[in-house]
This record gives sequence, structure tokens and C-alpha cells, in this order.
Amino acid sequence: MSKTALEKLVARFGPVVTAQHAQHGNETASIQPASWVEVATYCRDTLGFDMASDLTVVDYLGQEPRFEVVLHLYAVATKQRLRLKTRPPGSDGDDETPVIASLFGVWPAVNWMEREAYDLYGVKFEGHPDLRRILMYEEFVGHPLRKDYPKEKRQPLVRRPPAET
Amino acid sequence: MGLEFHTSRLADAVAWGRKYSLFQYPFVTACCGMEFMSTMAPKYDLARFGAEFPRFSPRQADLLIIVGTIVEKQAPVLRRIWEQMTEPKWVIAFGVCASTGGFYQNYTSVPGADQIIPVDVYIPGCPPRPEQVLDALVLLQERIQDHKGFSQVRLKAEHDKIISANKLVRR
Ligand code: SF4
Repeated sequence: MSKTALEKLVARFGPVVTAQHAQHGNETASIQPASWVEVATYCRDTLGFDMASDLTVVDYLGQEPRFEVVLHLYAVATKQRLRLKTRPPGSDGDDETPVIASLFGVWPAVNWMEREAYDLYGVKFEGHPDLRRILMYEEFVGHPLRKDYPKEKRQPLVRRPPAET
Repeated sequence: MGLEFHTSRLADAVAWGRKYSLFQYPFVTACCGMEFMSTMAPKYDLARFGAEFPRFSPRQADLLIIVGTIVEKQAPVLRRIWEQMTEPKWVIAFGVCASTGGFYQNYTSVPGADQIIPVDVYIPGCPPRPEQVLDALVLLQERIQDHKGFSQVRLKAEHDKIISANKLVRR
């Protein structure tokens, strides 16, 4: 049998792949954040993953580094899937926002996904052409899907004046 | 008796006319919209009660039906639409999301449309059955006939204030 995409990735990058997992054809590779764009470009050009189907973030509150960026890839021709993960350094607080390189140059489709990840988790994508909030309003403070965002906290834009009947 | 009697009878007649010719503005945001459509469709037919035409301009409507979840980002839009409607106007909150926020307890959902604008009738249910909607409309009609709608009460208070400020006396 020919080598799987994951095996090719490990053979090519070696220690850059810090962890790997494969089950029932579901392949996952954890990547060092410094090589994020390089690995992504290799996946697109050599392994044929021409479609970035999802990009999201997981918040591991209490761990260091705290956030993990997860990217799902799909190869249209071979119907293969690959999941890439990376943990950018930097942890809590809005000032210490974790920073990772944007993949906009590799797959333009990640444009809105990275904006969503920035909006809801506060992960900054360096090199993104237009990193603004996409779901929440501009007046919103903080990043609501972080595990330490208070569940009951509301940031209303408008409320009915109490005197009004 | 005299003029006082006739004007109050006239107000009742106007209210009677209003309650059977409600022009609704459906502010449909979520899944409750499906049930709203079935209420409008021939089987349940809201038109039987005089609420015939949905108006897609708030300036031509006097009944705002809030159908579905309201999020904080949308709240200023809802408020503005309500402000644009002609007086007197009435508001129905359709479904638990519009009434209380429903099961959404999070950073984005408004806990009830009455946080934004005054609501006359609430319809519980997720989504409510069409019969409940018809019941709510009948309730609202009673409220209109009794001059108890929020904007009716406010208009009356403003009117009374002008009368007393100018020391106008009805003879
Ligand atoms: S009340 Fe239920 S059906 Fe209606 S908008 Fe909310 S979730 Fe959807």
C-alpha cells in the first residue's frame, strides 16, 4: 500500500510533527507553530489537499500553551482528509493574545474562518488582510467562547428606558 | 351625558375598527417563522380575524409580531423598527425566545424582547401552536377594545397632559 498523507508528512518534516494519530483513515498531526505555513503549503502543493474545509480553536484553560488551532483539510481528487493542529505560544488575557501566522496566502478560504476564530477566541492571525470581528458587534469587549468568559455576562447595545411604558 | 358620552362612544367605535384591521409587521428571525407561516396559511388563516396583510414597511403597520430569537447585535434594529411604526401600535412576542430569551442563556441572546420595547401579548411555546397564536390575537383585540395597549395608554396620557396644560375644558 502506498504511504498515507500522514506518513509522508512525518517523513518530510520529522520532529516538526510533535504528535500524530490515525484511526479508520482519520489522520491528525500536531505541528510546531513556527512551521505552520510551511507545513500547510506542503500539504496543498505536494499532498494535494486543495480544500480547507474548517479552521477552529480549542481552549484548554489552565494548560500552557492554552489555545490550540485546528485545521481540517480535504483533497477533492483523492477524497482524503487530514487534520492539522498547533498550539501557538501565549496564553490568557487580551494583551497576551496568542499569535499564529495566517494561512490566507495558502487557502484564501480561511479568511472568514480566521476572523471567526479571532472574534470568538482572540487568537490573532498574523498576515491576515482584514482581521476584524465577524459575528459579534464592534462594541463587544472580550472573546465570548473563551472558557473564562462569564456565562451570564451581557453587553447590550440598547435597552428600553425604565420610564417607558 | 352630552358630548362626553358621545366622544367616549366614538373612541370605542374607533377601537372596534382598529382591532379588526390590524396591519402586521412580522419581524421573523428564527425557527418560529415556520409556525408563523402556517398560522398565516389557509388552514388557520389569521386573516379571518382581520389581520390580513403583512406589511413589509413598519410605517404602514400597527402590529409588530416578533417571531424568534433576538440577539444583542439586532436589538437596535428592532428598537428602530418599533419607533418607526405609526401610533397607536401593538407588539406581540411570538414564542419563548421573543418572550424571555427561551433556553438561550448566553452572551448573545436578548432575554426577552420586552428588554427592548414594550410588549402587549406574550405567546409561550417553542414554537407555539397556531391555535395559541389565534388566541393571542383575540387577547390583543380585547386589549385594544379596552384601550389598554401600551401605546394607547401613553397616547391618552399625553393627550390629557396637553388638555390640562392649556386649561382646555370640555363643555
Ligand atoms: S421559541 Fe423555539 S421555535 Fe421559536 S425561535 Fe425560539 S427556539 Fe425557535
